Amino acid sequence: MLEARSLTLSRGERSLFEALSFAVDPGEALILRGPNGVGKTSLLRVLAGLTRADAGAVFLNNLKLTPLSDAQRAAVLYLGHANALKDEYSAEENLTDQLALDAVASSREARLDALRRVGLLMQRHVAGRKLSQGQKRRIGIARLLLSERPLWLLDEPTNALDQDGVALLLQTVDQHLAGGGAAVVATHLALPLRGPARELTLQENAVTTPVDRLAETQ
Amino acid sequence: MSVVLPTAEMLPTPERGVWVAAARDIKLAMRSKGELAQALVFFVIVVSLFPLAIGPETALLKRIAPGVVWVCALLSVLLTLPRMFQQDYTDGTLEQLALSRYPLPLLCAGKMVAHWLTTGLPVAVVAPLLGLQFGLDSRELMVVVAGLLLGTPVLTMLGAVGAALTLGVRGGSILMALLVLPLYIPVLIFGAGAVESTMAGLDAVANLSLLGALALSGMVGVPFAVAFAVKISLD
Repeated sequence: MLEARSLTLSRGERSLFEALSFAVDPGEALILRGPNGVGKTSLLRVLAGLTRADAGAVFLNNLKLTPLSDAQRAAVLYLGHANALKDEYSAEENLTDQLALDAVASSREARLDALRRVGLLMQRHVAGRKLSQGQKRRIGIARLLLSERPLWLLDEPTNALDQDGVALLLQTVDQHLAGGGAAVVATHLALPLRGPARELTLQENAVTTPVDRLAETQ
Repeated sequence: MSVVLPTAEMLPTPERGVWVAAARDIKLAMRSKGELAQALVFFVIVVSLFPLAIGPETALLKRIAPGVVWVCALLSVLLTLPRMFQQDYTDGTLEQLALSRYPLPLLCAGKMVAHWLTTGLPVAVVAPLLGLQFGLDSRELMVVVAGLLLGTPVLTMLGAVGAALTLGVRGGSILMALLVLPLYIPVLIFGAGAVESTMAGLDAVANLSLLGALALSGMVGVPFAVAFAVKISLD
């Protein structure tokens, strides 16, 4: 589904990655690993089209993508460090608002159901500023449940989540993969996904070793 | 207070993006009414300072009225510009806007519509009341309002480009003012010029037409420029 061909990106003097190539098939997850500041977020932003790579290109279903083209925006769901939540909105309004921007037509029942699944049904009227970090992350999971996009780009999605939350996230990603979707996840935690997962370890000084082990865990 | 706006489902795609973005920003603005009122209160107070400072010299007040009203309108719009993108940039919404299925230029156009409805329009509405303090007659007041209605959208559009370009820059708001204020000069000249020519017994149509032309041509090009600037800021 997703293919990166010789991506190169540098920030100032520092080269983050050079001639990096990998592919993610439908139903498969790619786990990005590496120390802080090595360029995992930058790589995700390149895949999302938010950052332009110095060289190389991203292909989606063998189609070369122009950054932020219609095809890319229709395919990609990017959850970054920032939750894109409004302090003034309640949990439910925040979810509704995000789905409106995603141009996803969802019924109120579907939204309430998603909030119930992420454990925020009782807190749906709580203002964004009063939600905890973990609860904010859970709204992101609710959005994942409802936005019908094939490629998920998740940047440290487990941050601030409790154990239940991580389990919920795993379950959500697994469901997505089982449905033929793909995901690229930057994380420091071990993510015991049920589906096939590949690992890509970014290393300092642009020496990138793709550990191409197709691990069938469990 | 709740605003009734067309819901997204009522409109066709992708033009719907304009309404999605506009409705969103207006709803958010309504949640922080204090902030919403600031620019308008600023406008009212600063304009009112002049009659107080100069005293009851009707001739002089009337002479400076067009300039004062326009400079104050310009400054109060300038004050609100950071509101358009800064918060969205900080909380990550801007990334999501760029990745939205709706085209970014249309979403930016929606944001500008919302900005004008919450700043330019209120300024144009209260301007006649303030004009009375300067002894403007009804015909002149009408030209003031017409000029502001045509000119403030241009202030919003030019300001949006500046606001988007200076996102994430340290000391961005001063830089934005330095960037935007010179671009505001034509609007100021035509806007104040329209009122002045009415005072001189001439027709204001020429100046107003020029303001209208600026607004129309801005609507065609500016959303793309703003979207481009937003993409650069996110890169």
